[in-house]
Amino acid sequence: MRYIPNSPEERQEMLSEVGLSQAVDLFDSIPADARLARPLDVPDALSEIELLARFESLAARNHAAGRPSFLGAGAYSHYSPTIVDALIQRSEFFTAYTPYQPEVSQGTLQAIFEFQTLVCQLTGMDVANASMYDGSTALAEAVLMAERVTRRRRVIVSAAVHPEYLEVARTYVAHAGVELLSAAFDEATGRTNLEDIEGLDETVAAVVVQSPNFFGCVEDVRAAAERAHAVGALLVVAVTESASLGMLRSPGACGADIVIAEGQSFGVPVSCGGPYVGLFATSEKYARQLPGRLVGVAHDKQGRRGFVLTLATREQHIRREKATSNICTNEGLIALAATIYMTTMGRRGLQEVAEQCAQKAHYAARQIAAVEGYELPYSAPFFNEFVVRAPVAADELLPRLADAHNITGGLALSRYFPGRPNDILVCVTEVNRRSEIDALVAGLRKVQSSKFKVQS
Amino acid sequence: MKKASTHITQNEALIFERSQPGRRGYMLPPLDVDETPADELLPAELRRDDDLEGVPELSEVDVVRHFTRISTWNFHIDLGMYPLGSCTMKYNSRLNERVARMPGFANLHPLAPEADSQGALEVMYELQRHLSEITGLAGVSLQPAAGAHGELTGVMMIRAFLDKRDGGESARHLMLIPDSAHGTNPASAHLSGFTVKTIRSTPEGLTDLEHLRELCAGGDVAGLMLTNPNTCGIFERNITEICKIVHDAGGLVYMDGANMNALVGVARPGDMGVDVIHLNLHKTFSTPHGGGGPGSGPCCCTAELEPFLPTPLVTRSGDRFRLDFDRPSSIGRVKAFYGNFGMHLRALASILTHGREGLREATEAAVLNARMIAHGLSDIYDKPFDAPPMHEVLFTDKRQSRKGVHTLDIAKRLIDYGFHPMTIYFPLIVQGAMLIEPTESVGRHEIEQFVEAMREIARESVEDPELVLNAPHTTRIGRLDEATAARKPVLRWKPAEKTATA
Amino acid sequence: MANVPEDLHYSKDHEWIRVEGETGTIGITDYAQHSLGDVVYVELPKVGDKFEAHESFGSVESVKAVSELFTPVAGEVVEVNETLQDSPESVNSDPYGAAWMMRVRVKDKGAVDALLTAAEYEDFLKTETES
Repeated sequence: MRYIPNSPEERQEMLSEVGLSQAVDLFDSIPADARLARPLDVPDALSEIELLARFESLAARNHAAGRPSFLGAGAYSHYSPTIVDALIQRSEFFTAYTPYQPEVSQGTLQAIFEFQTLVCQLTGMDVANASMYDGSTALAEAVLMAERVTRRRRVIVSAAVHPEYLEVARTYVAHAGVELLSAAFDEATGRTNLEDIEGLDETVAAVVVQSPNFFGCVEDVRAAAERAHAVGALLVVAVTESASLGMLRSPGACGADIVIAEGQSFGVPVSCGGPYVGLFATSEKYARQLPGRLVGVAHDKQGRRGFVLTLATREQHIRREKATSNICTNEGLIALAATIYMTTMGRRGLQEVAEQCAQKAHYAARQIAAVEGYELPYSAPFFNEFVVRAPVAADELLPRLADAHNITGGLALSRYFPGRPNDILVCVTEVNRRSEIDALVAGLRKVQSSKFKVQS
Repeated sequence: MKKASTHITQNEALIFERSQPGRRGYMLPPLDVDETPADELLPAELRRDDDLEGVPELSEVDVVRHFTRISTWNFHIDLGMYPLGSCTMKYNSRLNERVARMPGFANLHPLAPEADSQGALEVMYELQRHLSEITGLAGVSLQPAAGAHGELTGVMMIRAFLDKRDGGESARHLMLIPDSAHGTNPASAHLSGFTVKTIRSTPEGLTDLEHLRELCAGGDVAGLMLTNPNTCGIFERNITEICKIVHDAGGLVYMDGANMNALVGVARPGDMGVDVIHLNLHKTFSTPHGGGGPGSGPCCCTAELEPFLPTPLVTRSGDRFRLDFDRPSSIGRVKAFYGNFGMHLRALASILTHGREGLREATEAAVLNARMIAHGLSDIYDKPFDAPPMHEVLFTDKRQSRKGVHTLDIAKRLIDYGFHPMTIYFPLIVQGAMLIEPTESVGRHEIEQFVEAMREIARESVEDPELVLNAPHTTRIGRLDEATAARKPVLRWKPAEKTATA
Repeated sequence: MANVPEDLHYSKDHEWIRVEGETGTIGITDYAQHSLGDVVYVELPKVGDKFEAHESFGSVESVKAVSELFTPVAGEVVEVNETLQDSPESVNSDPYGAAWMMRVRVKDKGAVDALLTAAEYEDFLKTETES
């Protein structure tokens, strides 16, 4: 095995050195009945050439990966500068462990400190942690944190939050004594109905809204904060499309108490769902209730500035069952990628990406709305995602778009909402060229007219 | 800070401090659609009004130099032995990185139609099959994103299973956890609504069977969470008996798979009576640790527990691979989409590169390396337990602390010898613990150098304790004042004029 | 050897109490602060909270450990030491003075007499350190 430095001969010598005659003696402490008496049923080793061929052929069967796409819904295709992936492939970053020994981990620690700062700047919050697994688990942890802070056990979640995020939150709180209630959204605007939140009273720990919400609509976060604070509840804001932070008023500026986000938009490939990175930020007064790791400034005896993991007493390795979360390994390298992305794009680049996303999405929305038979059911302002109501079932329309026009036209909302067969969630980002948008519109028009032909 | 630095690379500022207005590190193509006026895009009250103040402005060169410079302050596996116990810091092959970056995988959207994602589904299905064979357990979910996440999943499955078996909400609320366990175990049990009871370890460093029997007698035991080999690096030789005691008491056995690097190809948890286990792909199957993630913590279980695995599950019908969402007994989702797919790719590539023989060979080499270290240090450092170590070996600072040199000091002094420190002060039950895990990725010569360094430090602890107490001497910064950092936490950068309290 | 002032009463949880009239001032002992190491954070209850004896009323944190605080006697909190928020290090430097933690209205003054005297606490410490 080429990854094992010691040759079989060397290993034999080492065995003799420790007083054993053969490798199997190393496992003497495992009783015979607990051992595997046969070789594993795993294929023989592949050479590098064979392995690459194998994976190339598997990759080739992911037809969707090669085609222009208007899929969003929690995973977004954005441009990532070449240096992002080049830098995270430095051995110093990708083969290091969690920075437990600060003297030999300052690179990782400083980068996390920079990440925490950038997350604070974009979300408008005071403190951010070193990352969570992803947006969905960050939301679940935010719900649990709201319970800790308020010592209340009911949390109201907008029905316009990403359905998979909601499912994850349900799993997490199932045995934590937290009750999840749902706040309906308005069928005309596509926004959470904030005027009349059922069950909102002094027993509620938090109100959770996503903005832009699952349907792409930008919520009135300030109004949500007012409603929540009026009963002493926290406002948790979720963001799945972090590119929107380059343009939208920050949740912190609107009064949010906890902000969680999926950071995949910051230079991380969609990669069939992961690894991504969860952002988690809050106000200063709740810093000690944060889940996960935190990096802070520290100095050595000579007064030189460095960085350490700090406020560790919140964590599982010290507080065990009383910890703020069970999280240990988080998404360090992905947080680093996001940090490099945010600094490379910088202040102006983050603004320009957001601007292009919004411009292209609005162009696409206008063009689609002009096609006979298609409508945009929601009136609320949107960023780069919007719902299209098609004249035919999305499950029929989308495969035809793919086959005949080589376009992934968006997400059939029936995947999550079976009662909405004709609705498609369309996402446009800066990587979608105008020609792709025009091809999508042309495809929708064609599919529509061919449908009329079939029917007439 | 006015400290002079001998070299610019040793004094790289924060990225925010390097920012200069007007610098740019990116270029996008010009907008190619008809522009919508700003107020029609979004009303002003929904748009940012801070102009993203504080976010840095840098050229591409600035960014590359910045991250390259700070990276050089990290120790890493490619540089040398990284003997963190319980962390399995083995070689992370570049080949796996190449596989994960193939455009057909990297550019695949998780919500793309099943028919157009067959390659990715097959990757997950095949990995599930191999992990099932390696653990001897029928059911596998790749959804958990890290070890603690897989652990939470496993414990929630136990809860769901008991509720279903016992009808309604099971009265079994007690989760037994050895005192030597990882902190994530009790934290995960607590999140799943269990009350944690601690099982003592015997003087041999094994689970105390008598205490286990005693705790099981109450009738309210839901299960046991056990690490095997345990965190003292010793195989729980009574594992079959332990599983039987828990099963007879109506509970289930969860195994923390953190130490599977000692077992792959040699013994299987399923054959020992374990019901559910999580694996750390970032330990045993060589996906990179990335400075603290991303990990991947697949959960493997018996056929009996399979219905409770998270949704969806990747299944096969004929030559098609599908996502099965129709799982009424499932605990639900633990993460959006299907887990850390990029890590699944790397782990599968690692398994296929090793093959049947290579997997066992790696296990043997890992245990042999640990045995070499035990052999080389047992006469100098206190080894609290006699049992031969598996893939990691535990020592303490008992002898050195008589001269005032403690585990932390020994760890810091190792840095001066060019090694990353071992895991320190874990497991908690052993005072001054030093847990050393070399993995299979270290050559004989480096093991010998490590042993020599440790022996030298032991000598220094007697002859020149100050040298050890003030280590490290070779790093860019010395030991940091963690107490002040925790008392007055500074957790983000702020522009100079605004940091009144800093 | 740890400093154990004569005029206080002590609990086996390493808390001290000084009673003046109805009010008892509570803190942790010199021995306790020494075993904890550098204290970085103190979590205290709110004024008006009521506690039974030996109930957890807060916690003290060092960099890598957390210790719960236990009431030596039952009572209602009338004042907490807010200065510990900004200077937790005083728990290390002045555990019997500046680092008092809370004042309670003592429910049963008889319970105070049942606590350890300075001499008894010193004896107790000897057995603690020997075991």
